[in-house]
Order: sequence, then C-alpha cells, then structure tokens
Amino acid sequence: MIILTDISKSFPTGTVALSDLSLTIEKGEFVFLVGQTGSGKTTLLKLLIREMLPTKGAISVADFDLVKLPKSKIPHFRKKIGIVFQDLRLLMDRTILENVILPLEITGRKIKESVIRAEELLTQVGMIEHRDKFPIQLSGGELQRVAIARALALYPAIILADEPTGNLDSKTAFDIVELLSNINQLGTTVIMATHNLDILKKYPKNRIIELDKGKLVHDKKQEKTNLTVMSGIFKEVQHETHHKSDKESKDSKKTDSHHEKEKGGDK
Amino acid sequence: MASYTKTMWHHVRRSPYQALAAVLIMMVTFLTISVFTLLIVGSDKIINFFESKPQVTAFFKDEAKSSDIDAIKNQLSKSVKVSSVKYVSKDQALQIYREQNKNDPLLLELVTADILPASLEISTRQIEDLGPIADDLKNNPAVQEVVYQKDVIATLTSWTNALRKIGIAIIAILAFVSILIMVTIISIKVSQKREEIEIMRLIGATNWYISLPFVYEAVFYSAVGAVIGWGISSLGIWYLSPYLASFLKGIPMPVNIIFLLELLGAELLIAAFLGIFSSLIAVNRFLNR
Repeated sequence: MIILTDISKSFPTGTVALSDLSLTIEKGEFVFLVGQTGSGKTTLLKLLIREMLPTKGAISVADFDLVKLPKSKIPHFRKKIGIVFQDLRLLMDRTILENVILPLEITGRKIKESVIRAEELLTQVGMIEHRDKFPIQLSGGELQRVAIARALALYPAIILADEPTGNLDSKTAFDIVELLSNINQLGTTVIMATHNLDILKKYPKNRIIELDKGKLVHDKKQEKTNLTVMSGIFKEVQHETHHKSDKESKDSKKTDSHHEKEKGGDK
Repeated sequence: MASYTKTMWHHVRRSPYQALAAVLIMMVTFLTISVFTLLIVGSDKIINFFESKPQVTAFFKDEAKSSDIDAIKNQLSKSVKVSSVKYVSKDQALQIYREQNKNDPLLLELVTADILPASLEISTRQIEDLGPIADDLKNNPAVQEVVYQKDVIATLTSWTNALRKIGIAIIAILAFVSILIMVTIISIKVSQKREEIEIMRLIGATNWYISLPFVYEAVFYSAVGAVIGWGISSLGIWYLSPYLASFLKGIPMPVNIIFLLELLGAELLIAAFLGIFSSLIAVNRFLNR
C-alpha cells in the first residue's frame, strides 16, 4: 500500500515539481500515472523509491515511512520494490541471465538458487532462449522484458515502471503492458508512468492518476464520486472511451437491426 | 566472495594500464620498505653480535702467572657490571685460530700455541662500562694488550640510527604517494562504473556490496606490488650473500629465510591496509555525494 500525504517537492532552483499531493494506492492496483513532460511523474516515482526526499509531507510505501527511513535501511527498502526504467539500465557487459541474477546476487542468494529463479523469470517474460546473449544483441521490446524480469526477481510487492513503453512501437508496447498486467493479476501493485494514449484507451478499467504542473488534476478512482472533474489526458481518454463505447453500441444496434431485417427477409 | 572476486578481476582486465601503474607504484614502495628493513635489521643484528661478543679482550704476557690471571678473573666475575668472563688458554686460542683459517694452510703452518697469548674475554651489561674495565686491565702488570669494539659499535649505532630516520622518512613519503595514486586510480575506475553503481543502488545494493570489488582490486594491486618488491629485495640479498659472508667474516648472516618470510607476511598486511584505506576513500567520496 502506498500513502502520500500533502507531498510537496521543490528544488533549490525554485522549481516546484510537486505541490500538496495526497493519494492512496491500494495493494494489487494497476495505476497509470499520466501527465505532460514536466508534470512531476518522474519526481513522484523518485520519491516512491526514496531517491529523493519531499520538501514537505509524508510518504509510506509497503509499510516503510520513507521520510524517516535512515540511509542505511534504503537498500533493504528498495529490495521490496521492483523498478523498470524507460532507459532500461541493464548492465551492458553482462549477459541477460546475469542481469536478472543481479538483484538476487545483491541479497547474497546462492548462485544455483539465483540461476533457477532467473531462468524461471526469463521463461515468464518469454526471454529464456536469449539467456546467454548480451543486451546489445536484443531489440528494445526484448530488453524491456528483461528489465521487467530483473524487477520481479525479489518477489516485489510493488512494481514502478517509468515509461517502459516510451521507446517502443505500439505492438511491442501493448505486449509490455500486457506482461505488466499479467504480473498485476498475480497480486503485485503496478504503477506505470506513461503518456501513451492508446495504452490508456486499451485499459479503460485501470485507475488513471493525472498530474499537471506538480498537482493532482485527476484521479479516476476519485472520479467515481465526482464525475464533473475532467481535464487533460484523462479527459481525452474518457472522451475516446465513451465515443468508442457509443460507437460500439450503435454498431451493435445496427448489426442487430440488420440481422432482424435478414431474419424478416428470410420470412 | 566469488562474485566480488569475479567483478574485481573484471575491473583489472578492463584497464590493464591503470592496473600496471598501481602495481608499479606499490612495488617501488614495498621495494624501499624491504631494502630499508633489511639494512636496519641487518645493522642491528651486527651491533647485537658485537655487543653480545666479549667486548673487552685482555691478552696476557707470556710470563703472567696463572694465579694472577685467576685473581683478575675472580675480581671481574664479582663485578655487577660484568655479564661473563671467559678464559682462553694458549691452546684454545690456537684452536680458534685454526678454525678461522682452516682454508689457508700457509697461515696454519706458521702459528703454534706458543706464539698466541692467553686471554680473558669480558662481556659487560652496558656498553658504557667497557671503558673503565679496559682502563683497569691496561694498568694490570700481567696484561700485555687490551682490545675492545667500542668504536666499532658507536660508529655502527650512529649509522643505523641515521639509516632508520632516513628509511622511515622515505617510506612515509612513498606510502603517502602510493595512497594518493591508488585513490586516483580507484576513483577513475569508480567514475567509469558510475552508471553501473547507480543501477545497483536503485535495485537495493548496499554500499558494502558496491565497495567490496574496488577494495579487493586495491588490495590485489598492493599485494602484487608487495610480493614483487619483496621478491626483488630477496633476490638481491641472495645474490649478495657470498660477498656479505666474506665481508662479515666470523659474524653470522644477519638475515635468513625465516626473517624474509616474516618480512613478506608483514608487507602483505601493510599492503592490505594501504589497499583497504585508499579504496574506501575513493569509493566513499563517490557514494556520499
């Protein structure tokens, strides 16, 4: 569970990245974090992995109070979180298997055990046949799968994915979101930053949190009680989704009347 | 442990010239440590040899009566300043002479017990007591000549003291330079691995996990430098030992294989310390940023 209470983050330059942000993400949710460049998505993710501290407010992630968390406990906390980066951040001089083993190696697991777990994960993300290749030999989508496998290595309660589909073509991007969705269905909380409208449209049931200039401008979960608030990307997605569902219902009506006509014709 | 060693070896292979520079500076430092240690310990042992040997030797006149010699011996034995008194008869003097010159038959032929004087070999507890005892003996009518190594010891002691001071100063400067160079080399390596370190931190690696391969690497360079430096100095001693043996005639070789192995052990400990200290400075500078 993630709880943010009145979070603000400003930088010494005077830039306000986040302002008075409060939200709760329940265990097992799949949340899309959306917003334009500079809206505060990355800052929020950095706060959630304790890469930085908020200027004001409290953050609780997986029962860790991140504001009070001592530096020495940060590695312990980060082992509970799986992180997927847009720029992958795989070690280029290690094989795919070695990259997935890395988090396990860090926790001091035995090499045999680590290899078994890494192979299991590579099978899960469909990359087992590439286990001995180096990152340079794989495509963007394949590398993102490897990054997801690495993020899953320590059975994290939460996966934070910072625009994992940013550099991918739409088919591969959908595959990656599908993979994250499957992981979410196994009980892992997934927070995925994106500004890919097509993905949001394809998963209309997922919660969408929209940030703009560091402020929470929309939260679909809250929308259930306040349907009048709509803005930015979310508005567009809602519009598209409604438009699509209207069209679908009209099409189905057309098809039904056509069938009825056909039926009548048969008579 | 295996993964740290693997990563360390990976770092070494990636930048062989930096590795070579690190090993060379450590080699120079440890060669200097070895040479000065051998010189200082060798000189100390030579001084100890002289100090433990009869420091005053009184040679008696041929006509000296054994009762006179016994009286002198008894008198000296009672003195608290004297640690031992040994009487060497003419026959024993001949035996010693033969032993010392066994390889030179011409010298052996020329000498008989008659021409060698009987003597008393007197050791004192303090080197300062040599002078008064020697003076007393010189005034005794039964004594022909008094010989003692006070001057030899004083000269050797002053040389050893100077050697010790110079050695410590040079070793301190070299150790400081070695640490600086090692810190620089490890810092370069750490910044080359900046991205990798950042990834490791983000996925939960502790500072120790990140630091240890660099610590192993620095200890590896120091240890290899120490072994090479020690090896060169040991080879030097081995090569010079025949010359030293003839130069130090009668004095046992000041250093032996056991001492050399002890020196290697001590140098490896110093190498580990230098490696750990310098690498931790380098890595912590980066991790605490």
